Amino acid sequence: MAQAQLPLDTPLSLPEHPKAWKWYDYFTFNVDHKVIGIQYLVTAFIFYLIGGLMAVAMRTELATADSDFLNPNLYNAFMTNHGTIMIFFWVVPAAIGGFGNYLVPLMIGARDMAFPRLNALAFWLNPPAGALLLASFLFGGAQAGWTSYPPLSTITATTAQSMWILAIILVGTSSILGSVNFIVTIWKMKVPSMRWDQLPLFCWAMLATSLLALVSTPVLAAGLILLLFDINFGTSFYKPDAGGNVVIYQHLFWFYSHPAVYLMILPIFGIMSEVIPVHARKPIFGYQAIAYSSLAICCVGLFVWVHHMFTSGTPPWMRMFFTISTLIVAVPTGVKIFSWVATLWGGKIRLNSAMLFAIGLLSMFVLGGLSGVTLGTAPVDIHVHDTYYVVAHFHYVLFGGSVFGLYAGIYHWFPKMTGRLLDERLGILHFVLTFIGTNLTFLPMHELGLKGMPRRVAMYDPQFEPINLICTIGAFVLAFSIIPFLINIIWSWNKGKIAGDNPWGGLSLEWTTSSPPLIENWEVLPVVTKGPYDYGIEQHKGSTDEDEDEEE
Amino acid sequence: MQGTVDSQATAIAVDHAHEHPDFRVLGLLVFLISESLMFGGLFAAYLLLRGMNEQWPPEGTEVELLVPTINTIILISSSFVIHYGDVAIKKDDVRGMRQWYWITAAMGAVFLGGQVYEYLTLGYGLRTNVFANCFYVMTGFHGLHVFVGILLILGVIWRSRRPGHYNAHKHTGVAMAEIYWHFVDVIWIILFTLLYILTRF
Repeated sequence: MAQAQLPLDTPLSLPEHPKAWKWYDYFTFNVDHKVIGIQYLVTAFIFYLIGGLMAVAMRTELATADSDFLNPNLYNAFMTNHGTIMIFFWVVPAAIGGFGNYLVPLMIGARDMAFPRLNALAFWLNPPAGALLLASFLFGGAQAGWTSYPPLSTITATTAQSMWILAIILVGTSSILGSVNFIVTIWKMKVPSMRWDQLPLFCWAMLATSLLALVSTPVLAAGLILLLFDINFGTSFYKPDAGGNVVIYQHLFWFYSHPAVYLMILPIFGIMSEVIPVHARKPIFGYQAIAYSSLAICCVGLFVWVHHMFTSGTPPWMRMFFTISTLIVAVPTGVKIFSWVATLWGGKIRLNSAMLFAIGLLSMFVLGGLSGVTLGTAPVDIHVHDTYYVVAHFHYVLFGGSVFGLYAGIYHWFPKMTGRLLDERLGILHFVLTFIGTNLTFLPMHELGLKGMPRRVAMYDPQFEPINLICTIGAFVLAFSIIPFLINIIWSWNKGKIAGDNPWGGLSLEWTTSSPPLIENWEVLPVVTKGPYDYGIEQHKGSTDEDEDEEE
Repeated sequence: MQGTVDSQATAIAVDHAHEHPDFRVLGLLVFLISESLMFGGLFAAYLLLRGMNEQWPPEGTEVELLVPTINTIILISSSFVIHYGDVAIKKDDVRGMRQWYWITAAMGAVFLGGQVYEYLTLGYGLRTNVFANCFYVMTGFHGLHVFVGILLILGVIWRSRRPGHYNAHKHTGVAMAEIYWHFVDVIWIILFTLLYILTRF
């Protein structure tokens, strides 16, 4: 052990620090991980609203078969930026930057991240990147979809497309810097009394996420830099008529963007693993299985990207390899799902908003995962390629998965962040509207896809109109579901019931400090004496000294 | 070491000032993994383009070998030079460290000068063909990294003016500049092999 044990009767006195941050501290270059976490969450949520409005506009357009609400260029721009914003400016920053920054140091008993200033820098790359992306609308908006495949991206709206690229490179940089921070923090800054097998599962998930982001994001940057040169400097990396090749872009793009799917879901899996045992009052089932399956997803996830390119002239042996590797990812994911279900089994379940969102996630993620397995097999994929089946699949995973998980996390940790409880009735209303809206919007899309409606179009064959109308109604329900949530957040932040330090009776370290936590998290660092999920277990099995040795 | 107290925090641990150890070197190493994958992406694109084109490099874009080889020797030797600087500071010899770092920075500058000379005399430009695209983007990108490395070294030299800023026990900044410089070197070796040697044979 690197640290000295002090006599018990002399609690360590802190240097004169204020006890809590003032509101205006949240608008400054603050280096505290909790401030940065909330800055990430709030910024990301604003982008979520912007991206959501774009989605509503698109669904309004799609309510009828004609193009009568948005003109095609604007539709393309909305479609491109909706996808980009939701992925790069909402789910990834909220899950990794927001929850990760807020929770990781609290969960491992550290006073801050390993590199606080780097952390603040990583956050402050986000707002300018978002502004750049939105400013691209002044130049017509990027038109080529969130994947921005050349040659489409090199011939349409070139200024807007360049701005799109620079915005993505900026958030990518932010993501890499954040990952460096998380890896070093989790690796080195655990409180000495915490063994690796007492590390909360959220931290395991963040470790896997960060490794994945660290390895995959720079490859996307390389691909985008080449695209930037193609658009602006007359090179021909992706121009077949001059010796280039468009498929190279797809490889570089999907080498990041498939793992990005796991970047968006692994932290959510971490949130699930925290929320479910607390509200089921049971030890989590299969701690090690969940921890290792995160790492397994991280490794296997790097070898599946070609399943996005089954129709890009990929040779059959490659299709075979990537079909198999894609299906293998379903195994560790299934392990997690079974662990959560087994945790729920026979638990004293509290059906509050956080738990409702977690269970909602479970049900919908299973559906999204299954349609993912069908899509991962080359023969089915070739049939439904670029139809609404794909749209249905990834919205089930990303909305039914990631967004539900983010909501579950917000309901679960809001008391810790603000010291006040969210209102349960509004929370349940929010859940019910969101659950109905999600299924109403995205379930019929499977049918649309199987019938052959192409994605990314503003006009379609009138035979698809009735189903599209249902989807559009669902989208409006989803849009309205935000209202009780917003009211809840704003009202409860000011007037909500005082939560106390540990309203849910959680055992992980973040619940041992006050709500909201002190500026340096604890007056005296906590000591870990039992695992984070030992609900109903009186005494920890006993720990041995040799577990500490990798800490040096 | 534990197991008797309950988890509600009794007094354990640490003098506050020393609680936050210095992980900057580790952070840099993790970051360099990321950097190498960005170059990895460029290398992969290069290799794919090479495999897809019949003639590589196309006629009229033969690479020059003399200047780049001299350049390579200079850059690789600079890795040894900067290491002597690190050895010096570990012996508390700030003067020696500054001297070796100055030489490294100068060698880096010579390398960049050589690269500019090469660009001016090659006879083809960024847009000539897809090989030229790769050549200029990849070497240019590496050149940018060399430039950043020189800035880091100059930063170390600048900071070392203050007496006691670096000494035998406190030389993280010195070590980081060195690690980054080695990294730039290693990338160059791969780049040189791919772009220069393997296009000749």
